[in-house]
Amino acid sequence: MNLKNEFVRGLIRENAVFVLLLGMCPTLAVTGSAINGMGMGLASTAVLLGSNVVISSIKNLIPDKVRIPAFIVVIASFVQVIDLVMNAYTPDLHEQLGIFIPLIVVNCIILGRAEAFASKNGILGSLIDGLVMGLGFTCSLVILGSVREVLGAGSIFGIKFVSADASTILLFILPPGAFIALGFLIAAVNRLTRKRA
Amino acid sequence: MNSRDKKKEKKKLASTFPNMVLVLTVIAAISALALGFTYTATKDAIAQVEVKRTLKALGEVLPAFDNNPNDEKYMVEGDDDLQIYPAKTDDQPVGIAVKTYSDKGFNERIWLMVGFDKDKKINNISVLKHKETPGLGTKMKEPKFKDQFNGKDPASYRLKVTKDSGDVDAISAATISSRAFCDAVQRAYDALSKERKEVKDESQK
Repeated sequence: MNLKNEFVRGLIRENAVFVLLLGMCPTLAVTGSAINGMGMGLASTAVLLGSNVVISSIKNLIPDKVRIPAFIVVIASFVQVIDLVMNAYTPDLHEQLGIFIPLIVVNCIILGRAEAFASKNGILGSLIDGLVMGLGFTCSLVILGSVREVLGAGSIFGIKFVSADASTILLFILPPGAFIALGFLIAAVNRLTRKRA
Repeated sequence: MNSRDKKKEKKKLASTFPNMVLVLTVIAAISALALGFTYTATKDAIAQVEVKRTLKALGEVLPAFDNNPNDEKYMVEGDDDLQIYPAKTDDQPVGIAVKTYSDKGFNERIWLMVGFDKDKKINNISVLKHKETPGLGTKMKEPKFKDQFNGKDPASYRLKVTKDSGDVDAISAATISSRAFCDAVQRAYDALSKERKEVKDESQK
């Protein structure tokens, strides 16, 4: 397994958001600002790492017919743990992300990686897979969040660079802006990766 | 079961009924244990966060005080969601804060902390929790909107937006959030008026 190839795969070639279009619910809903996107991405990455490792290590003990419920129980537990920890130690971010933390459970990326990778590969491989896919997801959310925050609020990571009463394109931090920004970003990524190939 | 596992090392456990029940039960039990452990480990920290938030809001909305209003809080009869925090200096009441809410907001319940001075005039207001539209309803947290309430006496000041023939300048493009804000402040004042007698009794003691 080539580590560099793995990173290229997770960040670009199989990028969860821009290429596979997985996990659209948190992607569209929480990326109103760069910091929210980063929080959501890191929380998902933590869950993904934990669930990938656990599922990979117990994969031979899980009968095929009940693998999905077994995976979901593992994933849901990790999500709940993250939810409680964030509530205790990062209360402000927790409040901002709100309902979308518990909803990491139904994020297709997590179950998708469990089913497609962790249940067929060793622990180390699954750990790396979780890391690169999680980082890919986090980077995508930060990029999308930054674009929306810059255009919609005139700030980045909460630091304002326009005057307080300058008019910004409010649409971009509202839900429709998520779709528009994501569309243009996917187009840009497609253009870039086509050139490379 | 162990010996069978070793024999088919690379193979998965067969999907027989007892196997499935056993595996799911064990996984669920371990998960429950892990969750119970995390819950206990984070419970105090989470409670702390709530208290800290409340105290911060109280400090913002009340005149200077030297007691701990959070320890003396009490519920309003008939509405368990409303809480009253008396503020005192040298055991003399200097003001009173009400944790109040409104369900008329754009998304979910809006929570406010409304501080009154001892003449029942609004001292200051702090937004505790809300899910209003970013960039529109969220402007209710900005001084431009919320500070217009400061120093007003709800007995004479009409807590309604100008559109509804009140005295409050609504946030442009966020009339619903503005109305909800007024509704919450009105609820706090109503609760206080009901409690007025009791508070007076206390101050005479």
